[in-house]
Amino acid sequence: MNWGGWAEFFYMKGYALYIWGSYGVTAMLIVAEIFSLRARRQRAIQLALRTVKYGKVEKDEGNDEVTA
Amino acid sequence: MSGFNWYKYASPATFYDLAGRMIPWFYAAAALLCAAGLYIGFFLAPTDFQQSEAYRIIFIHVPASWMSMFIYVVMAVWAAIGLAFNTRLSFMMASALAPTGAMLTFVALWTGALWGRPTWGAWWVWDARLTSELILFFLYIGFMALQAAIDDPRRADRAGALIALVGVVNVPIIYFSVRWWNTLHQGASVSVTKAPSMASIMLLGMLVMAFAVWMYAIAAALSRARSIILERERNSQWVAQLLEGKA
Repeated sequence: MNWGGWAEFFYMKGYALYIWGSYGVTAMLIVAEIFSLRARRQRAIQLALRTVKYGKVEKDEGNDEVTA
Repeated sequence: MSGFNWYKYASPATFYDLAGRMIPWFYAAAALLCAAGLYIGFFLAPTDFQQSEAYRIIFIHVPASWMSMFIYVVMAVWAAIGLAFNTRLSFMMASALAPTGAMLTFVALWTGALWGRPTWGAWWVWDARLTSELILFFLYIGFMALQAAIDDPRRADRAGALIALVGVVNVPIIYFSVRWWNTLHQGASVSVTKAPSMASIMLLGMLVMAFAVWMYAIAAALSRARSIILERERNSQWVAQLLEGKA
């Protein structure tokens, strides 16, 4: 254990801004990416469901137009 | 291995199912490795005698930088396979990797700036290592922007593949920049030919974090690839069958 307590841990011998600025922004970006992946998956499922329901179901890879 | 049918896994339908079952395991591995890596990095690794606590940025800076380069190479390999064999799934994998690669490149640059300020006295310098990493970021952004700008997905795939392949020459430039030029950035901490230039517990923390980022990147790319498959293959019979219960 390197630290005398949590206050000392968060203070990082004066490097708190740099350390927590690095770890904090990285954590935020990863959380944001996970949310955006989930949102994209929901949109993709909705789009596919609409296509199955209303669009004609055929082999056509070229048609990638989003009709939202 | 002669009986194994590799082509089966090149089919988006098979891949979609397999990836869906693998994603939770990769996320779980990433979370466990990240917890272990952070524990080693903050509680077991000692204070550095030169840089005090500032060096602890290494546990994200180096893994993110490694993965930013590695993901670009993997993206270029998928692009090359796609161009050579005209396999749809290869192009989809290349597209799925780009945003995660761009994010990690940004993390490498951001944490580098926050490390540079206390150790070099500057957030940014136009040094060969930093500049080539910035170019990597622009290559990822360029790849995504180009793909988004072209309506026909098959043309978008080919155009993107071209950027991926041309841009891959930048990766060895980033890697060897600290040897080829006189840079402010320090040389490699870990290399195949020399003993690592850091304490083994610090090295261990860094490697564990690198594996964590690797596992995360795989989970994120597989997840994005599944959405891309649904978006592009939604007119096909197998997607209709897959969604039958939900419609």
